Amino acid sequence: MVTAMSDATTQGQGTGMDRRAAVARLIAARDGALVVTGLGSPSYDVHAAGDDPANYYLWGAMGGAALVALGLALAQPGRRVMAITGDGEQLMALGALATIATARPRNLDLIVLDNGHYGETGMQRSHTGRGLDLAAMAAAAGWAEAATLHGLQEVDALALRLRDPAEGPRMAVLKIAAENPPRSLPPRDATFIKTRFRAHLGLAPC
Amino acid sequence: MPDTAAPDAAPDVTDWPDRLHALLKAAGVRQASYVPDAGHATLIRRFEADEDVHAISLTTEEEGIAIAAGAWLGGVRSVLLMQSSGVGNCINMLSLPVQARMPLLMLVTMRGEWGEFNPWQVPMSRATQPALEAIGVTVLRAETGADLLEITAQAADMAFESDQQVAVLIGQRLLGRKKW
Repeated sequence: MVTAMSDATTQGQGTGMDRRAAVARLIAARDGALVVTGLGSPSYDVHAAGDDPANYYLWGAMGGAALVALGLALAQPGRRVMAITGDGEQLMALGALATIATARPRNLDLIVLDNGHYGETGMQRSHTGRGLDLAAMAAAAGWAEAATLHGLQEVDALALRLRDPAEGPRMAVLKIAAENPPRSLPPRDATFIKTRFRAHLGLAPC
Repeated sequence: MPDTAAPDAAPDVTDWPDRLHALLKAAGVRQASYVPDAGHATLIRRFEADEDVHAISLTTEEEGIAIAAGAWLGGVRSVLLMQSSGVGNCINMLSLPVQARMPLLMLVTMRGEWGEFNPWQVPMSRATQPALEAIGVTVLRAETGADLLEITAQAADMAFESDQQVAVLIGQRLLGRKKW
């Protein structure tokens, strides 16, 4: 487990990375990866890094982001799929950690932006804010890799490493500051986003 | 286009799980996710043994709704198998295929409605169809093996060709006590 606090941003409440800076680094190095985002701030973070037809933004279906990514990863084994979500969203679907570990896709990476709080609803403390370790749970479930990152330099190293072939699903928990940057709103029309995403893969609308 | 016309079937079709497997394959299904149910046991075995199909074991049914959405985003058709009690777990996740207008094909084995010995199955059994319809899923019911094959074939068309979210309820009378 990584514990370095090297270049962690200390703006906002408490310590932790700047979420926008961390996500921008992962998106800049996506190298063609398909991206699924969890509702709330992770969708805003990915949109702020640049809208892209290879992004599928969730505005609801809480708990679904990593599992949408699983269905997609199995459907598109030749492409890397990255799910980017928050600690609150993933805590709602802890069983997904077991299901993904068991399905064992080699092209699925889950990034959990962990500020230990429910930022969208008033910064109530989440289970990770009370000590729960999501990376340890993923490791126990059998994920090929599971790590907790505290600094942007570690995120840079992760972004490069994610381009390497994987033995199975990989999780990285990014410890970010508990703050809400200005919202960057992706389109809310789920059908439009679906059709745009499928067209990016050369698939017909219907 | 797969031929999904109703297979020849006598009123007393009993090998419907094998025929369902063949029918779903012919409809292009390449992912099958499930929470086990005795009524689905044979179909699950067929999918698990099928090299063309990713069979995905779930911890809870709503996982399968999200997985089916991801499969469709990636151009793959899927089916989701569950028992009626699992429908209650799915409701909010159904927002995704309903709002995104993505194909969804669910095969739901009914409990709590015919010769049931476990009273805890009854409330969700009663809520299954209204709950699905309340969130926008089309519900069809099969009471015989022949019905089930015909209904599932056209439900696959409605899902994958017309972007609908369809649940086929398999009556407990059809499943019968013996198979439990």
